[in-house]
Amino acid sequence: MTFISNLINGISLGSVYAIIALGYTMVYGIAKMLNFAHGDVIMVGAYISFCVTTYLGFSPFVSVVISMIVCTILGIVIERLAYKPLRKASSLAVLITAIGVSYFLQNAALLIWGSAPKTFTSIVPFGSIALFNGQLIITAESIVTVLACILIMIALTLFTRKSKMGKGMRAVSEDKAAAELMGINVNVSISVTFAIGSALAAIAGVLLCSAYPVLIPTTGSMPGIKAFTAAVFGGIGSIPGAMLGGVLLGIIEIFSKSYISTNLSDAIVFAVLIIVLLIKPTGLLGKKITEKV
Amino acid sequence: MDRMVPVPSNAIVPERDLGRPPILETHHLGIDFGGLTAVDELSLTVGRTEIAGLIGPNGAGKTTVFNLLTNVYQPTRGAIMLDGKSTAKKTTAQVNRMGIARTFQNIRLFSNMSVLDNVKVGLHNSIHQNLAASVTHLFGYKKSEKKSREEALELLSFFHMEDLANKRAGSLPYGAQRRLEIVRALATHPGIILLDEPAAGMNPSETAELMENIRKIRDTFQIAVMLIEHDMNLVMNICEGICVLDHGKVIAKGTPEEIKSNPVVIEAYLGKKKGADEECSE
Repeated sequence: MTFISNLINGISLGSVYAIIALGYTMVYGIAKMLNFAHGDVIMVGAYISFCVTTYLGFSPFVSVVISMIVCTILGIVIERLAYKPLRKASSLAVLITAIGVSYFLQNAALLIWGSAPKTFTSIVPFGSIALFNGQLIITAESIVTVLACILIMIALTLFTRKSKMGKGMRAVSEDKAAAELMGINVNVSISVTFAIGSALAAIAGVLLCSAYPVLIPTTGSMPGIKAFTAAVFGGIGSIPGAMLGGVLLGIIEIFSKSYISTNLSDAIVFAVLIIVLLIKPTGLLGKKITEKV
Repeated sequence: MDRMVPVPSNAIVPERDLGRPPILETHHLGIDFGGLTAVDELSLTVGRTEIAGLIGPNGAGKTTVFNLLTNVYQPTRGAIMLDGKSTAKKTTAQVNRMGIARTFQNIRLFSNMSVLDNVKVGLHNSIHQNLAASVTHLFGYKKSEKKSREEALELLSFFHMEDLANKRAGSLPYGAQRRLEIVRALATHPGIILLDEPAAGMNPSETAELMENIRKIRDTFQIAVMLIEHDMNLVMNICEGICVLDHGKVIAKGTPEEIKSNPVVIEAYLGKKKGADEECSE
């Protein structure tokens, strides 16, 4: 029973990583950059949801919607102000800017909300479910998280594969110059990508803090790094890869915590990443990069 | 430096296009890369339904001209008029929407997408589907997807490629990839299509088929075609007006007959012949 319980916890945590990893992987696919501020958008999303429920007294569902709207706008603004002027700069400059934006968001949160931890109230209004005479307890948060992850995955796949805008975005990610010659506005595609990624980050932030209810300005950094790892693990640029990488990473983390050592769990997670990359450098589902001769 | 004021150029367009304003005009077009002048003083006119050729030795600046015409490069001097409107300060995507489409010397399909989706991307701006429809698959989603599918298949059938619609574009044989690139460009509803070495890597029978197809494109869609090509047989057979570039400058303009017998062109391609001066003065 402990095994199943661990597995469920792992899948649930992994689902949060997967939702965050989608933001990394989509932005990388379209804009060919690593948006290290993505983790901090999660934190902002969680704080917004916290404020809307605690100070304004709205229902948790409304707080999620407001948090998504705020994060969407934040994502678009970050891209316009910080990354767009660097569209033609070296990738190193963009990377350092992203780290700068990350610190900016953390310190802005510190100024606004202070350093004292806030206790996040779970947005899921149900209790845990006990099965097998109480031997197996599944929290409602786990169920909601996994369901949200599945729904997001389906919606995103349909969007990118079947819709006009999604096809335009895939075209931009394959060949930006050729897509422009098809009349596709690359700036709009990039903005939409940041918008989707940030809206997902808001959902991830709320789900994460519902399961682990301590909210501080650096709440987003570790899950952000882990989700980035998950995206690389699954094959960066690939949407199913982000999903698979996230879930596997969550399971590995929970299993190492319960069977090996709590202190070593992070080390084990990153060691697995290194091994996978040594064997398959493009990640589990990454596409082979074909070089033009 | 500001662009020059456009002046009507005296280039030849086919007789049937004489009564209509040209689809494409360039006036004293030029671009410098650092100290290097890649293209200079390029003035040409392409008629509404003309098949025009842009030829010249390797490194003459032909692809640079295509990049200028599509605003991939911003010209240092001169002006481009597309359908009578200046393309100055427009983005590549905007210029495409104004009516210019192109293919590439090295094929640049969206190779991980299906053949059909490649064409649908080309249809991007003619099919209207708002964001709400894209996200929810409601609000007219079905209607717009059906329309784009039908139109894409119709374009593919033009090249007898409708059976390949669900194949991955990158898995197609070379010739079919070249054809798909043309279909994708046609999907953007251009007034002029630029073909960069469309016959490269093709055998004589494929080239003959391509020539037929280029004529068919012009006749069916009533658009202009401008092509860069090294296959002189193809160029001389289908082009009505030819412009010869060498070292970024126009060295000759005219009909295929005029170009074939032009000593300056022969010199640019083959080097100076002994006694060429006498031939020139004749």
